[in-house]
Amino acid sequence: MKIFWKRFKRNKLAVAGGVIVVVLFVIAVLAPFISPFNPNDIDRKHILEPPGARHPLGTDDLGRDVLSRMLYGSRISLAVGFIAAGIATITGMLLGAVSGYYGGWTDRAMMRFIDIMLSIPTFFLVLAVIAFVGPSIWNIMIVIGFTSWMGVARLVRAEFLSLKEREFVLAAKALGASDMRIILRHIMVNSMAPVFVSAILGVASAILVESALSFLGIGVQPPTPSWGNMLTSGKDNIEIAWWLSLFPGIAILITVLSYNLFGEGLRDALDPRLWRD
Amino acid sequence: MIPLIFGITLITFTVIHLTHRDLVGRETEPKETATYGDAVIEGTIGEPSTLIPMLAGDSASHSVAGMIFNGIVKYHTDLSVIGDLAESWTISSDGMVIVFRLKKGVKWADGVEFTADDVMFGYKTIIDEKTPTPYKEDYMQVKKFEVLDRYTFRVTYKKPFAPALTSWGNLVVLPKHLLEGKDITKSDFGRNPIGTGPYKLKKWVSGQEVVLDSNRSYFDGRPYIDRYIYRVIPDPATLFLELQAGGIDMMGLTPIQYTKQTDTDFFRKNFQKFRYPAFSYTYMGFNLRHPWFKDKRVRQAIAHAIDKSEIIDVVLFGLGSPATGPYVPNTWPYNPDVKKYEFDPGKAKRLLKEAGWEDTDGDGIIEKDGKPFQFTILTNMGNRLRINTATIIQWRLAKVGIKVEIRLLEWSTLINEFIDKRRFEAVILGWSIGLDPDQYDIWHSGKTREKEFNFVSYSNPLVDTLLEKGRRTFDIEERKKAYYKIQEILADDLPYVFLYVPDAIPIVHSRVKGIKPSPIGISYNLPKWYVPEKLQRYRIEP
Amino acid sequence: MVCAGKTPEIQNRALKMLTYLIKRLLEMIPTLFGITLLSFFIIHLAPGKPTDILTELNPKITPEARLKLEKYYGLDKPIIVQYGMWLKRIVKLDFGESFSGDRRPVMERIWDTKKPLLERRLFITFLINVLSMLIIFIIAVPVGIFSATHQYSLYDKITTTSVFIGFAIPSFWLALLLMMLFGVHLGWLPISGLKSMNYDSLTLMEKIWDRTLHLLLPVFVSSFGGLAGLSRYMRGSMLEVLRQDYVTTARAKGLSEKRVIYGHALRNALLPIITLLGLSVPGLIGGSVIFENIFGIPGMGQLFFMGVMTRDYPLIMGILTIGAILTLIGNLLADIGYMLADPRIRVK
Repeated sequence: MKIFWKRFKRNKLAVAGGVIVVVLFVIAVLAPFISPFNPNDIDRKHILEPPGARHPLGTDDLGRDVLSRMLYGSRISLAVGFIAAGIATITGMLLGAVSGYYGGWTDRAMMRFIDIMLSIPTFFLVLAVIAFVGPSIWNIMIVIGFTSWMGVARLVRAEFLSLKEREFVLAAKALGASDMRIILRHIMVNSMAPVFVSAILGVASAILVESALSFLGIGVQPPTPSWGNMLTSGKDNIEIAWWLSLFPGIAILITVLSYNLFGEGLRDALDPRLWRD
Repeated sequence: MIPLIFGITLITFTVIHLTHRDLVGRETEPKETATYGDAVIEGTIGEPSTLIPMLAGDSASHSVAGMIFNGIVKYHTDLSVIGDLAESWTISSDGMVIVFRLKKGVKWADGVEFTADDVMFGYKTIIDEKTPTPYKEDYMQVKKFEVLDRYTFRVTYKKPFAPALTSWGNLVVLPKHLLEGKDITKSDFGRNPIGTGPYKLKKWVSGQEVVLDSNRSYFDGRPYIDRYIYRVIPDPATLFLELQAGGIDMMGLTPIQYTKQTDTDFFRKNFQKFRYPAFSYTYMGFNLRHPWFKDKRVRQAIAHAIDKSEIIDVVLFGLGSPATGPYVPNTWPYNPDVKKYEFDPGKAKRLLKEAGWEDTDGDGIIEKDGKPFQFTILTNMGNRLRINTATIIQWRLAKVGIKVEIRLLEWSTLINEFIDKRRFEAVILGWSIGLDPDQYDIWHSGKTREKEFNFVSYSNPLVDTLLEKGRRTFDIEERKKAYYKIQEILADDLPYVFLYVPDAIPIVHSRVKGIKPSPIGISYNLPKWYVPEKLQRYRIEP
Repeated sequence: MVCAGKTPEIQNRALKMLTYLIKRLLEMIPTLFGITLLSFFIIHLAPGKPTDILTELNPKITPEARLKLEKYYGLDKPIIVQYGMWLKRIVKLDFGESFSGDRRPVMERIWDTKKPLLERRLFITFLINVLSMLIIFIIAVPVGIFSATHQYSLYDKITTTSVFIGFAIPSFWLALLLMMLFGVHLGWLPISGLKSMNYDSLTLMEKIWDRTLHLLLPVFVSSFGGLAGLSRYMRGSMLEVLRQDYVTTARAKGLSEKRVIYGHALRNALLPIITLLGLSVPGLIGGSVIFENIFGIPGMGQLFFMGVMTRDYPLIMGILTIGAILTLIGNLLADIGYMLADPRIRVK
């Protein structure tokens, strides 16, 4: 553990990423207390105002304060990110575990299924499903989750395949431990690290997908602010309201970037193969 | 003596010539600068799906098809009906028989002459049950269709039907010699149409553009603009960028573009903007089967809680006017003196209280019988104006204690699963108003079955009678009286909160001359637009 | 099968590769089947019928007329039958008729044989994606190698960061910013479409230039995200290879650093990259939905989006299937490439 920390701290970028991840989380939680305005308050006198004293990040096409909306938007992005990544990770772990542990036909079928899922362009799939079942925030989380579990599944499966034949597993079996127990207590615990990294990176990509969906108009519904749907009105007004396009875009960029840096940093720190040097 | 007579005659002639325009009532300005040539490119978000009018459900298709096909009659700028392919017509005194006499010598683009047989063919096709068209209804009212001679045909109706005359537009004009015996849905005609109109299709590159070349032997005179191109650009931001880059000459602006982005020197010098009330209105409809909305006071309270001027200012940037009923201002059926609902949240709260709604637990939401007043407004995705309108209404209603959720749905889901099945509480939509005031299908209590258009389930026997009256008489004054009364009742009953009539705000490159905005828009006289020779941009080889 | 002049070893290897190829192709079939099932399942998650877009909110349509329309489109048969009917035709690449777009066959909308190759939607998307992959490869590989050989240097840190930013940037945002900058403010590049208004009157050289200019922004936006991923992997792969024993051996033998890197290490480091390129195909195809929309490019992505919005079932299923097929082909090619490149590969 100590070694891990030392290694991790060496990677300054990853540390920065981690810090920002925490800060974003805090902001999201505190949003209702730190927002200067109610994010939904319409103000016909201050429509499409550039950043200024009253509205530090400007206002949108309904006169709403951009800063407040961005603060609340972080809640959506993070919520979708966490839950979608959570669903993906858990699904991936379960399926990967079952596949890796039992092997045989189960494994073959699962690999086939993963191949199928990987062959269809993910975004096409997500787009099609959302457009059909409707863009509620829960649908988005679930759909993104159920289309991004494949990487985790493969990872976990690989771990299981390699650990299955190790002594401590054989010993546990000899002692009469049930399959479930072996899976959970022994093998899973050992594969947590890369899974955790996957989850973090998954949050980042979920946020990107959600913003793309919201941008296309099939994401979060009004008046709920999401960085993606703020960018849509930014796009519509790109020539006269640069602030609407700039700030939410930067927000997405920084968030995704931090999660990626943090995740990659974790991976580098945890990767045993890089330990020798 | 003789010089005096001569002088008087000369002066008289000169005076008559100068005032010629007023006498005839039509535009007869000397066209000395009108030259042939050049191309005009219109940028559009939607692509036509087919160019056969009766098969098309979308406005993009009708826009383009309208340049290729003529109707029997069409609308003049003063909203009166004039002949397009028809030279004249007579209506029997009981209104049930119309005899049309067509213009002679009109040719299809392949040179064959257009005759009454073509109209009969079109009529037979549209009522054929094998034809998948949404427009059959008007033609099913016809009892008998007879071709009397090469250029004359007679239509007999089962009952007097006021919208009859105007129904003979371009939906039923098809070339019999090309389509007889063929299945029009399978033929190539939808992508390679032949019409009698001012333009003919030169090529259609799917997903990119539809190119129309002028019909040099058009019966109403060769169009001045040699080529008209519809360029398909599905993104509004890109569309506007293309306008500035010169890739397109014409497009429909959004209120923001009109107000904030087109007031620079660049725009003033190179473009002309137009603004006129569109033939449509946006409204919020209540599901009148919902127990809460059954109470008229609730509907009226909601109307008072909404500030229409705020919506028009914020969403339309002032480019529109409040709607008070289902007709557009300045048209003959429009009744300006109906009950209006000023923005008055206090009054709204009082009315709600009368109806039993009060905030008894201090949570900011009013309740009745223990239930909080909460409902969902549905509207379709992709329509920024409607979405913003819904958002503003949501915010305003929150201030009188009503909690509103907004749900955006994809168009066909909205219509099929929610509207048609009456599974909604409130909805924000718009109606495109036809030029004939008959709105039977929307307001009649009999039209409430699944998929019919009185989806709010409005029922008022007096309105029913008036609707019937309005469509069965041809007397304009009688019809006007009926429609005026209908508007009075609707304004009181408030099955919809009528929100606004938006302005149509197209923009065209300044080199295009001859555009005359009118109540029916600007494109009605497109064949008469021209670009002076030295301003022409494109050279079109015939 | 006697190939004159070839040694038995090469013959053997060729045979092995062929067997592998056939095996892979056969394996693809159940995958394809699964894909069609999945697409079909998705389509029917949706409530409502596709004929609605035709009838809209038009006061003129009667309920009878509507029913007739539905029957016409075959929507009244049970689902299993619909799937069976559809599957039979799919084998012939007949995806049925699109519900919108004037009821032309779906395949025609994707691959219009009446149009010149350059104008067919599938080809357009294909072209842009292939160009993107090329660009990604050409740029990411050197960047990755350099990063690996100069690990932790300033250069490495800068490229790492910029590559990460590329990974984190929403592509649609990037597209808009670039459009504004290069298209409007600077006026250097065209902002939409694939060719200019006056294309037909240009000379051949001008035509090529015109197309190139139009493709510049879309290809750049499309490849931007992939650049990040691939150069990162290149770096990682290279790093790993450089630590291998045989590299140390080569160094010990006294070979110049350059030969070590470019001769031995590179070849092995490239192998996973090839696979990765193949795996990036679905991502590229998926991303095309967004930028084709923004840049107004008449490709398959734009068609898919339109199909989704108009509930054009045959079109959606057709494109999903084609996209999947393309991906499978991409993977297959990647595998073949890998096999050809690696002399050590064991074909089971």
